[in-house]
Amino acid sequence: MTGTTTENPTRLKRSEWLQDHILYPSIGFGILIGLWALGGWLLAMSPETSNFTKFGLLPTLKAVPGLISSGYIAEHIWASGYRLAIGLILAILVGVPIGIAIGLSKITEQISNEPFQLLRMVSPLSWMPIVVFVFPKWDQAIIFLITVAAIWPVVYATAAGLKKVDPAWFKVSKNLGASFRQLLSEVIFPAIAFDIFTGIRLSLGIAWVVLVPAELLGVSSGLGYAIKDARETLAYDQLTAMVVVIGILGFILDSFVARMVKRYSWQRDL
Amino acid sequence: MTKRGVHIAVNNLSHRYAARGPVTFDQVNLVSLPGEVLAIIGRSGCGKSTLLHIMAGLLPPTAGEITIDDSQVKEPSPKWVMMFQAPHLFPWMKVSQNVGIGLKFANWSEDRIKERVEKTIKLVDLEEHAESNVQDLSGGQQQRVALARSLVMEPEMLLLDEPFSALDAFTRAALQKDVRLIAKDLGINLVIVTHSIDEAVLMADRAVIMAGSPGQIEEEIVVSLPEERNAQDPEVQKIRGHLMETFRRVSTVEN
Repeated sequence: MTGTTTENPTRLKRSEWLQDHILYPSIGFGILIGLWALGGWLLAMSPETSNFTKFGLLPTLKAVPGLISSGYIAEHIWASGYRLAIGLILAILVGVPIGIAIGLSKITEQISNEPFQLLRMVSPLSWMPIVVFVFPKWDQAIIFLITVAAIWPVVYATAAGLKKVDPAWFKVSKNLGASFRQLLSEVIFPAIAFDIFTGIRLSLGIAWVVLVPAELLGVSSGLGYAIKDARETLAYDQLTAMVVVIGILGFILDSFVARMVKRYSWQRDL
Repeated sequence: MTKRGVHIAVNNLSHRYAARGPVTFDQVNLVSLPGEVLAIIGRSGCGKSTLLHIMAGLLPPTAGEITIDDSQVKEPSPKWVMMFQAPHLFPWMKVSQNVGIGLKFANWSEDRIKERVEKTIKLVDLEEHAESNVQDLSGGQQQRVALARSLVMEPEMLLLDEPFSALDAFTRAALQKDVRLIAKDLGINLVIVTHSIDEAVLMADRAVIMAGSPGQIEEEIVVSLPEERNAQDPEVQKIRGHLMETFRRVSTVEN
């Protein structure tokens, strides 16, 4: 042992944790906010762009308390959150069983592969003109678009997870008297929960990105609508505030699912 | 604990994996008496593992049948449990959860599972690790968990498919001894598939040699040795030599 390494290991671990989880992310956020402030200052400096100074950091921060106290942000978060939640739940409810069927059966994989790859490559928003005819309400159309966007990562992550499952686990379970339902609940789901949540994390990112442009059309609520509304009323500080809200909410949702991914990961090397 | 060995009869059993594929083994006949430890020795590809899978009900035979106490083996059952070369434990579970999984499949209550699992974990000498994740155990300890997971079902027959071949020599020797002792104590049948003559001599009451393509049972040797078996004992060496000689002779004929 060298003379300088007498520090308490628990303390060392704690300082490493603070460095990794507080210091570095704070520096990253600091740089981002600094660039934003710089952008706002540059806009204000030029007479040609001075009309857009409300995009800057300070006007946006000034707009936020009013938007919160009036319930404006909460109202639109609720509308978007509802669409996102239903769309994602549908994607999971449909995607996980399809993924399991693909992972378990070579024939299902072969039958579904080409059509699914083709459908996967269609931009979800390009369904918009069709779905507005099919669904009587805009809400339903947006939920459908979110589901279509979010389903593929869930399907393929589930199928990939199943392919990694040790086939002997099925043999052992069968030998110990497991029914198919028990095989699903005690073996298959715990074995692939990590993969399913990884798929959900990707789906959430895509759904969140699709949600905002989908809400730019037709509806009169939601974060996408709020951005459109702010743009049309030239309330650029509100517009930027909504962009920030979208970013923060997306970050919180992603962090939550990332925690679930970690919670259900049983592989020691991850 | 009550003795629960069974009479196993393999009658004219044949197998091929594909309808037009080669025959794995043909017209195999074999009997094992209640509580007997039977070793099936053979080179790779002679069909001994396939025979074991059929005995466990995990594979259907192409022709013939296996009966256990006069009832035909048609599907897997917790009464005849198989252990594999690798332990194949569920890595997201603790030792106790792995051991109790079969009882959970049988819809036992939590309390009953706990009681039986504790008893079985003690039997395989893993009390200290009951609440550890199985990934934290050594290879030998993991194989002991797999043994406990099989024994907790109170099987009538335990089928071992080269279960110790991936372990180091010391762990292997300890497990060979312990598994035989536990099986004898419980009075259950053991059927061990192995390509190790030493393993057969140290564990079995009787060894059969499978050879040929398609596989056949070529020879049968009674291993009449005392319970305490030491690889260095002259008696053990003598039977080992006899088994080795027979195995060579059978293999020469095959070649």
